Amino acid sequence: MSTSFVPAVRRQGSLHAERRWALIVAYVSLVLASIVMLAPPFYMLLTSLKGSAEIADLSGNPWLLRNPTLENYAAIIGSSMFRGFFWNSIKVTVMVVAITMVVSVLAAFALARMKFWGSEFLATGIFLTYLVPDTLLFLPLYQIVGGLGLLDSTWGLVLVYPTLTVPFCTWIMIGYFASIPKELDEAALIDGANWAQMLWKIFIPVALPGIIAATIFAFTVSWAAFVYPTAFITRPDEMPLTIGVVSQLIRGDTFAWGQIMAGALLAALPPVVVYAFLMDYYIAGLTAGATKG
Amino acid sequence: MASNIAMAGGAAAPRPGSLRRFARARSTIAFLMTLPLILIIGGLVVWPAGYAMHLATMNRRMTAYIGLENFVILLENDTFRMVIFQSCFFAIVAVLLKALIGFWLAHMLHHIPTKGQRKWRGMLLVPWVIPPALSTLGWWWMFEPSYSSINFLVNAVGFPSIPWLGSPWWARISIIIVNVWYGAPFFMIMYLAALKSVPEQLYEAAAIDGASSWQRLFRITLPMMRNIISITVLFSLIVTFANYDIVRVLTNGGPRDLTHVFASYAFQVGVLSGNIPRGAAVSLFMFPLLAVVAFFMLRGINARNKEMA
Repeated sequence: MSTSFVPAVRRQGSLHAERRWALIVAYVSLVLASIVMLAPPFYMLLTSLKGSAEIADLSGNPWLLRNPTLENYAAIIGSSMFRGFFWNSIKVTVMVVAITMVVSVLAAFALARMKFWGSEFLATGIFLTYLVPDTLLFLPLYQIVGGLGLLDSTWGLVLVYPTLTVPFCTWIMIGYFASIPKELDEAALIDGANWAQMLWKIFIPVALPGIIAATIFAFTVSWAAFVYPTAFITRPDEMPLTIGVVSQLIRGDTFAWGQIMAGALLAALPPVVVYAFLMDYYIAGLTAGATKG
Repeated sequence: MASNIAMAGGAAAPRPGSLRRFARARSTIAFLMTLPLILIIGGLVVWPAGYAMHLATMNRRMTAYIGLENFVILLENDTFRMVIFQSCFFAIVAVLLKALIGFWLAHMLHHIPTKGQRKWRGMLLVPWVIPPALSTLGWWWMFEPSYSSINFLVNAVGFPSIPWLGSPWWARISIIIVNVWYGAPFFMIMYLAALKSVPEQLYEAAAIDGASSWQRLFRITLPMMRNIISITVLFSLIVTFANYDIVRVLTNGGPRDLTHVFASYAFQVGVLSGNIPRGAAVSLFMFPLLAVVAFFMLRGINARNKEMA
């Protein structure tokens, strides 16, 4: 009896120690990883708060801030070109998000609930289109957008961005709609609701978390889009933020690093703010593709 | 077209008259609801993809058909062979590192008390949230030869400065570092979701049977996560293989065109040098890998759907 009892106690003790150890390893890894993950944005912030004399001074530690100043932010916000980039990004993103949500909610509803000829084939096709990268399509689209006379125009971007957003949004909305119990639509049909009422009064309210997740996805993707604006837009006044900051703030031999970093941080702010306030929806949208699909 | 489909839908279900009319109306409505999606996918994805194949067989001025000459010229070109090598090297190394680091971080997050997980997860996902073109600008500044803040740290530890973007191999490593920094959090989030879906009872049963932590990892965790791991890796393989932002901002293909990947080289040839057909041919080289990956992903997803059903 006692011989079998003693090892069990020792094992429990070692298990406890093992857990403690695992916890220490976990926290050390997380702290190290967080430092690495947050260092670049932190250093961007640091640079953006330095004057040009402090940036040019090579004698000190670049990771320290001695004379914080907001002059870079004042300069970048004062630049009408930068405000133009911001306005173009907002304009394009709002339109693309609206188009994306209307198109994908309608299509997802039809594909999740109203089986019709070719609907399964279409669902697979949507998934495959999501896998086609923009870098494979930008040259033919360059020709097509050029043929429509929309090069150098934000309208060209509004036309092509839905290819980045619609497939994934439709895909995750199909998942959310399919998880709504069929009894709900039967009840609605018996009460005499038509399809539009069913979608508007039942599916959209019930699948609201999915709709928020898809909207966030569409917003972040069109805000961060880079390949299409780089290829289609060469006129600064039609550029959205990403290509504007990358191509227009860098000119000549002397870079205004403080201003470039201030501009990049301001440009990155909207998606970061959305993420900070709606993190759970953001993550739901990210993981929905794999866990629901 | 719409009425054809409606007829097919109606004929497939032999039911009383009023119901059939209902079904007919229903599939017509359904088709109309998916029409915008079909137009977007057809007009802006399928048609351009076909058009790319057509373009790739044209001469520079797009006046004559030249067959596969663009592909032949590319394959005989040393720079392009390097692009093939660099694209594959970059994608494979970066995806492997992202998968390993993401798995490690997900595990560490899963270990700590649930209450604190949200906060850490929130911090660790920040690189994924910033548009990559903009965060790469920050990395570019950190790699900048004379002001490099990373070299400052490297010197502080006692090593000589590293020519991050100046020498070909360091430039390749820099691109991989930035891509891993950007993409590892995505893997972490996916794996964390998968880890949370593994039933706790399995681990309890294993603990009673006296399984070691390695046995738990290899016999329970990895098999249960197999599908999500493969879907995430395959998906990331496509996205990394087709990456443009990071290369464009960090090195723009340099030094001496040695860090170009398919996307940046296609951009250089097609847009900057104005040879659109040859640029289209460059980007079409991504297609075989894409097709293979898509095949395996569909298989994985179907298997997963069957498991869940």
